[in-house]
Amino acid sequence: MWDYTDKVKDHFFNPRNVGIIENADGTGEVGSLACGDALTFTFKLDDNKEKIVDAQFKTFGCASAIASSSALTEMVVGKTLEEALQITNQDIAEFLGGLPDEKMHCSVMGREALEAAVDNFRTGKKGQKAVNEDIVCKCFGVTEEAIERVVRENDLKEADDVTHYIKAGGGCGECIPDIEKIIARVRGDMAAGGVAAPPKKKLTNLQRIALIQEIIDSKIRPALQRDGGDVELLDIDGTVVIVALRGACASCAISETTLRDVVQSRLRQEVDPDITVQQGEG
Amino acid sequence: MKEVYLDNNATTPIAPEVAEAMQPFFTTEYGNPSSMHTIGGRVKKYLDRAREQLAALINAEPDEITFTSCGTESNNWALRGSLLAQPGRRHIVTTKVEHPAVLEVAAYLGSRGARVTQLFVDGDGLLNLDELRAAITDETAIVSAMWANNETGVIFPIQEIAEICAEKGVSFHTDAVQAVGKIPIDVKKTPVSMLALSGHKLHTPKGIGAMFVRRRTPLKPFMLGGHQEHGRRAGTHNVPYIVGLGVAAELAAKYMDDENTRVKALRDKLENALIEQCPDARRNGHKVLRLPNTSNISFEFIEGEAILLLMDAVGIAASSGSACTSGSLEPSHVIRALGVPFTAVHGSTRFSLSRYNTEQEIDYVIEQVPPIIDRLRKMSPFVGGDVY
Repeated sequence: MWDYTDKVKDHFFNPRNVGIIENADGTGEVGSLACGDALTFTFKLDDNKEKIVDAQFKTFGCASAIASSSALTEMVVGKTLEEALQITNQDIAEFLGGLPDEKMHCSVMGREALEAAVDNFRTGKKGQKAVNEDIVCKCFGVTEEAIERVVRENDLKEADDVTHYIKAGGGCGECIPDIEKIIARVRGDMAAGGVAAPPKKKLTNLQRIALIQEIIDSKIRPALQRDGGDVELLDIDGTVVIVALRGACASCAISETTLRDVVQSRLRQEVDPDITVQQGEG
Repeated sequence: MKEVYLDNNATTPIAPEVAEAMQPFFTTEYGNPSSMHTIGGRVKKYLDRAREQLAALINAEPDEITFTSCGTESNNWALRGSLLAQPGRRHIVTTKVEHPAVLEVAAYLGSRGARVTQLFVDGDGLLNLDELRAAITDETAIVSAMWANNETGVIFPIQEIAEICAEKGVSFHTDAVQAVGKIPIDVKKTPVSMLALSGHKLHTPKGIGAMFVRRRTPLKPFMLGGHQEHGRRAGTHNVPYIVGLGVAAELAAKYMDDENTRVKALRDKLENALIEQCPDARRNGHKVLRLPNTSNISFEFIEGEAILLLMDAVGIAASSGSACTSGSLEPSHVIRALGVPFTAVHGSTRFSLSRYNTEQEIDYVIEQVPPIIDRLRKMSPFVGGDVY
């Protein structure tokens, strides 16, 4: 069961402002049935068309989607459009006393609906989330721009975080490498604006051997031992690491794959991208 | 508050008879059944008795029963052990709707060099046996198909599948975690090679499972490090739970008729009433070929987690195939495999009964659920303003 705050539960069990305003000044529709959540958000402005005087929603989705929509309608009333557009998904989540990580996308949906509704008011175009050619996650129709924004605004570090906030990568997972690149780029830009990351220190030969041994012992062997296998470091010659597979790995039909996909890829990732792993006698 | 538990495919209430039978093995009867002395030997008799009780439920020989820690372990053992025992065969045939305890093991073995064929199901959740026949080759190490589906309750034609596999000389494993105790199973009549089952779906506490392994089935052990269970499954016996499982098996046989008459009638009453009273509700899975206790209903245009939480607020416990209840973003692979439209997948709700449910409880659910569905529909952007 999700650990929802009392405020989320309150807005789910007693949602405020459910409905669609007739003759609304702005209407925004985001999400879809296929995605598992969708929100129609409408607002009405005062006679001077300055401040929001009423906001209503209809939501298809889980408890946190309904609570986020309900919260949004309370948050925007009394605000000018400019002020309303300042509301971020973090503000919605904070208003609710926080949301579980996996549910942050519900707050993002609220912000997107609000933007779509304001856009609808200003341009008269159908208030839907802009459909852009630049879709990264095909399963959930998430654009590069949306991913960049959610990474920047929420200081996200991992592709998993992006999935929690905006769903991208949560379907087939094919776009996860692209998401990782976007995160690296955005965080690179962010760092460039502040302090640049220190360059990777060059290792001495001894340090390098110690690091390889440590990674094999602490990360690779436990993984292989879970399957009844094991690996032993025999020698290191420049970028060539020579190991012997033991236990179940030694007689395993796919030991080549283990060597390449487990041992080599880990060492490349953590020590040096030029490393090749070979199987030795011993 | 009134509590109505309709999530028995997730886990079941513990039978008082089971809890009582387990008690001595938490206190005075602490002996290790593998020991030579009297204190251990006394316990061994109860272990043997439990094995006989469980064997009787599925008409197996006692030495064909191995106790494990859970259904998941049994399933892991069947797939991994079958491949290990047959190095020349690297092919697994399974279905799209298996429990993750089979699907993820098959996928893992697939990532380690095995070839995996997943058979599709039709809109009722049934298999095409010609496709099964065509999928089996000389390379096939194991066919794994569940006896009954945990989400829809749909029952596969295990008799026919087992006969096809026997004819082709291929091991056949069935995940019968949901079927054992709910429908009659006779392994003398149905030539399955391996059958996995779990105690906590049969009113024992969680932490005990078993596997039927027919004699001469090629299978390497999964747990190593001891001679228990004739070397098939190392590890000191979980005596209290094994004793509990034996008693639970006996009770299941005793209540089998009740399950297939009274419980089934309650399930039908609930399902018919909800589909009749809630517009745009549909049953998922074959109407007849399914477990007597399970009903899976999709309420269109609304989402499962919201349904579950509102039901929970009035004391009704059920489960959902919606994405939001799982923490993943993908809704149930089983409901999607049936070709159920997206409009209905997210609102799929499973009610699973047991012999402890009463008609009064079902009447309460029939009274409480339709207003909940109506309330969420009024909030849904996919439902026209004044229709509901």
